[in-house]
Amino acid sequence: MGEVKLSVDGLHVTFHRGGDTVHAVRGVSFAVAPGESFGIVGESGSGKSTVLRAICGLAPTTRGQIALDGAPLGSPRGAAFFRSVQMVFQDPYASLHPRHPIDRVLSEPLAIHRFDRREERIEQALRDVGLGHEFRFRYPHQLSGGQRQRVAVARALILEPSVLLLDEPTSALDASIQAEVLNLLDRLRAERGLTYVMVSHDLAVVAHMCDRLIVMQHGLAVEQLTSQALAAHRAETEYTRKLLSASEGYTPAEAP
Amino acid sequence: MSDLLTVEDLRVTFPTRQGPSEVVRGVSFTLGRERLGIVGESGSGKSQTGRAILGLTPPPGLAVARRLEFDGIDLRRATARTWRALRGTRMTMVMQDPKFSLNPVMTIGRQLLEALKFGADETRREAKDRALAMLEAVQIRDPERVFRAYPHELSGGMGQRAMIAMMLVTEPDLLIADEPTSALDVTVQVEVLRILDRLVRERGMGLIFISHDLRLVSSFCDRVLVMYAGHVVEELRASELSKAQHPYTRGLMNCLPKIEGGIRPLPVLERDAAWAR
Repeated sequence: MGEVKLSVDGLHVTFHRGGDTVHAVRGVSFAVAPGESFGIVGESGSGKSTVLRAICGLAPTTRGQIALDGAPLGSPRGAAFFRSVQMVFQDPYASLHPRHPIDRVLSEPLAIHRFDRREERIEQALRDVGLGHEFRFRYPHQLSGGQRQRVAVARALILEPSVLLLDEPTSALDASIQAEVLNLLDRLRAERGLTYVMVSHDLAVVAHMCDRLIVMQHGLAVEQLTSQALAAHRAETEYTRKLLSASEGYTPAEAP
Repeated sequence: MSDLLTVEDLRVTFPTRQGPSEVVRGVSFTLGRERLGIVGESGSGKSQTGRAILGLTPPPGLAVARRLEFDGIDLRRATARTWRALRGTRMTMVMQDPKFSLNPVMTIGRQLLEALKFGADETRREAKDRALAMLEAVQIRDPERVFRAYPHELSGGMGQRAMIAMMLVTEPDLLIADEPTSALDVTVQVEVLRILDRLVRERGMGLIFISHDLRLVSSFCDRVLVMYAGHVVEELRASELSKAQHPYTRGLMNCLPKIEGGIRPLPVLERDAAWAR
């Protein structure tokens, strides 16, 4: 691969709670090219979200290196990092402040990063995610789940980042709303040449959105493959095959 | 096939400041000893339908029906005593989230034994063995530990399986499962469904499977009711879902991304006000 936008090399993440040590991520490496959409698939507890959080600096990097545009990231991450890397979280009900109107949700990152033309940018961000002007002064509880997730996307994009980290962006949404949000993300990536790292438990969503993906289990990347290989069911490992057959729907008995 | 459950013109209303809001608007179906799926998006009234059958419409909501019969018993006129004899023993319900449906200050074991209400011919020891066997049947690897554990000591998947064990240990005739596997990983989900499937086949249990996941329901159930805005817009055999007529059902099917790749952008569901009538 030529150019690399974001690289994760031998990442380990350990959490200490009381006397327990939880080794959540145990040596994960991947590299994402500019403009690429990269997927991480796994079941709960596989460490897939922890990888995203480690990239953002929300989880400690115990060992290994994360680099953006070839430069290793410092800890804590600087303001410049967040200008280029933003995250969209899973639960649109929990990730927006219930007592801040959308206007405040969107103007806060602009104020922190000292952007100019705030009025214009807020209006533009709302238009970009398909919400009208009338949503600007509403509170999160006045919006549906899909509309909230659009606000979360708008908040991430208002800083004009080049990398978007998506942590299960549609798993809290209905199927028809999921399609709308996925289409929105697809369109924005095409228009702005964004780089995506998308985490999901849903193989179909990742196969639809991403070019390449890794499958994680117990903190390890068990397999890396392209979505074409996934579509053709050319999985190397037993675990990926198991995930694939489970995503097809219910089968009465374990396939021999 | 004898009908286990008959529902005719079921309506559930909630009073709001803007006047009564009807969330289930005339649902009718019959259930034999089979797997019936109810599919719909959030707010379609599918969960309220399930709750109303068990008389669990949360106040101040009100459920009325022209007919609501379970195995010849008229549930509309059921007294508290009748409900007590039915609920938890002959008809049970698995809720979506184990975090809110398990008692946080009781061990799993005590909650299981409470569900069993073992009689005089069964000792505590025997009841416990039965409970442990049930925990094993729902693929819990270490039933002894789970039996002693409190709900907060279990993961979401374990909690959900423990709850399913609790609902099945009394060997009910009717199980209403409200999104029983949405909180579970796909591989665990298949295991849980196999348990439910076995119970329907071996013991002739009737199952109402409420879910938003059309793909899952179509591969698991015998028959599917598709709900939209409180109505059943379409009823069909699960195997014939691809031949669905109603634009809503077709839209729901088409907007799912496919592993095999497909159309980009995904087709978006266009809602028609006429569907809600």
